[in-house]
Amino acid sequence: MKEISEINLPDDVRYAEDHEWARLEKDKIRVGLDDYAQDQLGDIVFVELPQVGDTFKQGEEFATVESVKAVCECYLPVSGKIIAVNTALEESPELVNNSPYGDGWFVEVNPGDLSEMETLMTHDACLEKLKGAE
Amino acid sequence: MIYLPHTHEDIFSMLQVLGVDKLDDLFSTVPEDCRFNGDLNLPEAMNEWELNDHMSTLSHTMAVSPEYKVFLGAGSYEHFIPASVSYLLGRSEFVTSYTPYQPEMSQGTLQAIYEYQTLAARLLGMEVATASHYDGATALAEALLMAVRITKRKKVGISSLIHPLYRRVVQTYFEPAGYEVVELPYLNTGVTDATGLDEMDDLAAVAIQSPNFFGCIENLKALGQKTHDTNALFVVSFTEALAYGLLKNPGSHGADIVGGEGQSLGIPRSFGGPALGILASGKKHMRSLPGRLVGKTKDLDGKTGFVLTLATREQHIRREKATSNICTNNSLCALAAAMYMASVGGTGIRKLAQLNHDKAEYLKKELKKAGFTITFDSPTFNEFVVEFPTGFEANHKHLLEKKIIAGLCLAPYYPELSNHYLLCVTETRSKDDMDALVREVKS
Amino acid sequence: MKESLGTTGLLQNEPLLWEKGKKGRCGFSLPRRDVEPCSLDEELMGEGPDFPDLSELDVVRHYTRLAQWNFGVDTGMYPLGSCTMKYSPKTNEKQASLPGFTGAHPLLPSGLSQGALKIMFELEQYLNEITGMHATTLQPAAGAHGELTGMLMICAYHKKQGEQRSKIIVPDTAHGTNPASVSLCGFRPVPVTSNEQGILSVQAVSEIMDQDTAGIMVTNPNTLGLFEENIQKIAQIVHDKGGLVYCDGANMNAVMGVVKMGDIGIDVMQLNLHKTFSTPHGGGGPGSGPVSVAKHLESFLPVPRVVKENSAYILAKDYPDSIGKISAFHGAFGVIIKAYSYIRRMGPENLKKASQLAVLNANYIKEMLKGTLHLPYDRPCMHECVFSDKHQASQKISTLDMAKRLMDYGFHPPTVYFPLVVPGAIMVEPTETESKETIDQFIEAFKAIANEAVENPDLLHDAPKSCKVKRLDEVTAARKPCLAG
Repeated sequence: MKEISEINLPDDVRYAEDHEWARLEKDKIRVGLDDYAQDQLGDIVFVELPQVGDTFKQGEEFATVESVKAVCECYLPVSGKIIAVNTALEESPELVNNSPYGDGWFVEVNPGDLSEMETLMTHDACLEKLKGAE
Repeated sequence: MIYLPHTHEDIFSMLQVLGVDKLDDLFSTVPEDCRFNGDLNLPEAMNEWELNDHMSTLSHTMAVSPEYKVFLGAGSYEHFIPASVSYLLGRSEFVTSYTPYQPEMSQGTLQAIYEYQTLAARLLGMEVATASHYDGATALAEALLMAVRITKRKKVGISSLIHPLYRRVVQTYFEPAGYEVVELPYLNTGVTDATGLDEMDDLAAVAIQSPNFFGCIENLKALGQKTHDTNALFVVSFTEALAYGLLKNPGSHGADIVGGEGQSLGIPRSFGGPALGILASGKKHMRSLPGRLVGKTKDLDGKTGFVLTLATREQHIRREKATSNICTNNSLCALAAAMYMASVGGTGIRKLAQLNHDKAEYLKKELKKAGFTITFDSPTFNEFVVEFPTGFEANHKHLLEKKIIAGLCLAPYYPELSNHYLLCVTETRSKDDMDALVREVKS
Repeated sequence: MKESLGTTGLLQNEPLLWEKGKKGRCGFSLPRRDVEPCSLDEELMGEGPDFPDLSELDVVRHYTRLAQWNFGVDTGMYPLGSCTMKYSPKTNEKQASLPGFTGAHPLLPSGLSQGALKIMFELEQYLNEITGMHATTLQPAAGAHGELTGMLMICAYHKKQGEQRSKIIVPDTAHGTNPASVSLCGFRPVPVTSNEQGILSVQAVSEIMDQDTAGIMVTNPNTLGLFEENIQKIAQIVHDKGGLVYCDGANMNAVMGVVKMGDIGIDVMQLNLHKTFSTPHGGGGPGSGPVSVAKHLESFLPVPRVVKENSAYILAKDYPDSIGKISAFHGAFGVIIKAYSYIRRMGPENLKKASQLAVLNANYIKEMLKGTLHLPYDRPCMHECVFSDKHQASQKISTLDMAKRLMDYGFHPPTVYFPLVVPGAIMVEPTETESKETIDQFIEAFKAIANEAVENPDLLHDAPKSCKVKRLDEVTAARKPCLAG
């Protein structure tokens, strides 16, 4: 597993408490799992995603991620309606490990309240939290 | 005591290492008010020879072949088990090993169960079979719970011609969660009446047993169609696995999930258990399956090997969100079934199933000739229902004294069929046995 | 060090069943045909399953070779925590294979099955005595099945009181089957944390026990191998608010003849015949999970029940409050016979001795290995003890690495990564049937491995070397499942 200094936490996303990330892309928000979480879980074998059209509140469970020996629930960092789902993860769940902020994205959300992004952590805040937990 | 190897010296030196004087001191963490200070009130220990005598005496009180001619089926069937199967099942590496959580030292169990999964799936015409469940009844209950999970509907329809004791188990399983079970009646031809399905569009699943409790072969094609028209899942159950050596399998009729009993495949009746719950589904529902699954993979050197897989469905990982609480499968029974299916073979199983069918047909014919009514018109496999005259219970008792068990009285299960008896004939009953039965019931 | 137990040997490769055989071969002696063939409607006839055709020798060699790739209790020590891998006496197998038992139909008239009914009746009595409970059912086919049965009875009990409670308290050390069984019954599991001593505290339970809680599900001794010392007070708290106490009896091997569960506040518990009572594990089953209850739960037991009427045994069904049935017939009778035989052979004194020696063996291992492996709870344990891989972390050696290397030394690894409250847990349960010599060899092996972790860690990373296969790719097996050939 990586050292804290090796964890990749890009600046163009915001981070939730449970290690989901959210990126504002014009008028929609893309969501995925951050580098720390994928590293902790190890090889991802399966991702269960919601359907297009499902709606969730901020903090509601919307997906699960499985490694061989563990299951991790994922909570939507912002409320909204799911407008796209990354179907590539069905065949290639390893994308979450290899490219957590790129091809390993989970869903695209039509957000209910954009201000919720401000409640999420920045790169700095997230790094602080990880260091503090050590 | 021969199973306890410690000598006085052993115990003494070990107690010394622990710094205590006697074995009792090891229980210092058990509070005084939790201690039982008496002696267990159990019978004195027997030596091996006394036990042999005791058990032998008890076993001789049981009515079994060849002394008794038992024409009973109803979910438990007498079939020949080859000597080779019993012999191989005695291999202690299979018998005394545990669940293959450490796959490198359990490849024997793992490959054997992978083979069982494959043969069971082929028998039923399905894509995936689990590593087994406790029995046909619990396999059916799990199949229905699986359907509820998949469809998110809370009601199931089950045929009243599913084994009555299986239906009772389903009810027990469904009770606490508040799921509803609706029973489908039967027609006077001895098969399920599915006309009521037209009105039901809120079912998670419709479950049909074929051959059903009366031994009749259900029209799975039509029933499957009707079920799918209501958007429910088609669940097929069975108690006599051998039937699929001859009949069209549930998979070919569009079954979504199959949950039944595999005892006929090389497992002795043993007063009802241990048994073999067979559960199978399509790949599409694979992740909703309860129970263990063995998968094929490769090791670090690229050699083929087998492991337990998709374990995230199971209780030891998913805990309260698991697809079931099941931990044990009935591994050794699944192994017996695989050995049996391997021994009988594809060519052999057809011949054996045909023989079962034909023997039962012979008895049916002879009973008809003797003036008895075969209750239901539909084709049957190795069981069928016959109507005996009122007051037959006395004859039935009389026949017991002649060491013939003339079927199962249906009255306790179907009060409307109080003079009807369910008879079973497998390859183990000879023509002479059957002729004797007909002679005796005629008189 | 003396010669290691583990070595290499000649193993045969063996393909899959359908990769062998030739059409027309058979390994089954077909019975004589003494009736005319009868045709069946074309519509109903299938093509028959795609099974290979194999000769008897094909089948015998196949399974003989596969057996040789397996490790069982009869091969060597198998110290899986909470599994009680004790030796299975062979006389038990002999009794269970008597034709009077194997050939018996479950629905025989009771007059013709007295032997079986007597065995069931007597075993129920013995288990009542050992557990200190009032009545027992032998119907559940496994431990988890017994847990479900117990939960169903708790549910039925509250319903009869006119109540619908929604929660069950489950400790953080609980076996995964516990919360899963709770959920199957429509209850919500509410977690409670064990204290620094590794046991449940009275305070923690009293803080969450309320009128909406149907009961608590404890394991005693717990999965850390520790006796739940506060059990009586905890039971009182739960009872005071109308709840019931379920005990997971998987660890009963520690306390036979020493503690009677019925006397310390337990209302319902399951036993595992394939653990405490020596019936063989079969590679993962069949097992048997009888459930014993206090008097106030007796009426909810599954039916039919074996009853003695005059001097004969019958199956009685008339119990209106019964939860119904959880197995099609009477339970795993073939397994029940073995447990019955075991108890008749051991007798009361040896059963107690077994528990004492199981506890002796575990404490001895704890004492001898606590310098080598990190011991999270340095207190007297019961029949099992839990270590962790903390000491080996600096060498980047994990519990998994040590477990895999143990195989090369000729031992089955202990339970790993459970209970969850100890990261990198190593749960060792030797049982009473392992001799001091074997245990000393086990201790030597673990010490040697701890040394290798410092001097030559690759030996552990690359282990096992002496088995049929090396470490397997479980990731691909889960990503692209191949579940049938």
